[in-house]
Amino acid sequence: MPAKVLIVDDEKDFLDIMAERMGARGMAVSTATSAENALKMVLKEDYDAVIMDLMMPEMDGFKALKLFKETRPDVPIILLTANVPEEKCIEAIKLGAMDVIEKPADLNLLTQKIKDAKARKKK
Amino acid sequence: MGQKPDIIPETGLQFFGRISASISHEIKNVLAIVNENAGLLEDLTLMADRGKPIDPARLKIMAATLKKQVGRADGIIMNMNRLAHSIDQTVTTADLDQTIELAIALTARFAAMRGVKVDLQLPANPLTIKTAPFYLMNLLWLCLDFSMSASGDEKQVELVVEETENSVRIRFRRLAGLSAALLETFPSDREKNLLAVLEAALTADPERAEVVLRLAKNIGEIECPQRF
Repeated sequence: MPAKVLIVDDEKDFLDIMAERMGARGMAVSTATSAENALKMVLKEDYDAVIMDLMMPEMDGFKALKLFKETRPDVPIILLTANVPEEKCIEAIKLGAMDVIEKPADLNLLTQKIKDAKARKKK
Repeated sequence: MGQKPDIIPETGLQFFGRISASISHEIKNVLAIVNENAGLLEDLTLMADRGKPIDPARLKIMAATLKKQVGRADGIIMNMNRLAHSIDQTVTTADLDQTIELAIALTARFAAMRGVKVDLQLPANPLTIKTAPFYLMNLLWLCLDFSMSASGDEKQVELVVEETENSVRIRFRRLAGLSAALLETFPSDREKNLLAVLEAALTADPERAEVVLRLAKNIGEIECPQRF
């Protein structure tokens, strides 16, 4: 079964190309341009991992992370974001994020993290 | 004029720091898209090596995306450069329209994060004033930041620039959430010091849902012992 991944980012160009590249690597990729939409999507679908930007309009990643963990605590969340101070990364991990990866990201590293997330979810 | 803006250097550095952080974040987002396009190009090349031809239409889309992102980065860096050069001369003659437009551009990401739309109405003829451009930009940024907090559920701020005989008036309008409670913290010492240096005044009218900034058209020299 291919890994089912939801990518959440307000940068449409980034979402499109990530979906294309991850799709080419055999993943089933869905996208959302806001945390609000992503929250609705995780209630309907069972994703192996959610890849989410930390800095988004309206609802930032921290608030979204808390809501994700309240609604779907079983879904691993990997934060993918630009320029995050170390203390914010630690805060995100404490809130339940599986990992924090800085943009621009290495897709091989991200793919490995998604595999880890899928394995973790199976347990 | 003898004004000693003791806390202004710190306020200015905070402003410059916040803007720099925001700009570096934006540039990282651009780089992330460029990076993924480079990665996709590698993917396509690898597939071509294995016999799958590259679709020229796909390359055209990638080229358009890259051009768009280069244009975006160029705009961000140009604004940063204009802000950096606004400190070249403490007091100088400045194009007020361009200064306000730059302040709004520098605030764009903060506005987007808060879901607030900022509109600007400029007078028909461009306005030039003798002012301290960096301090003015700092004050405009603080006023915009406050106005966004005071925009309430409307999530909209409208700036209207008007010329009077001896001053220029910038009205921050449609502040649906402007309240006495909010005005307890604004203007703070930061804004008051900048207002003094710029020979400006700030008034608030919750009933009209607006804050009005009055700027002198011709300020004196600033004694600034802690210039940075």
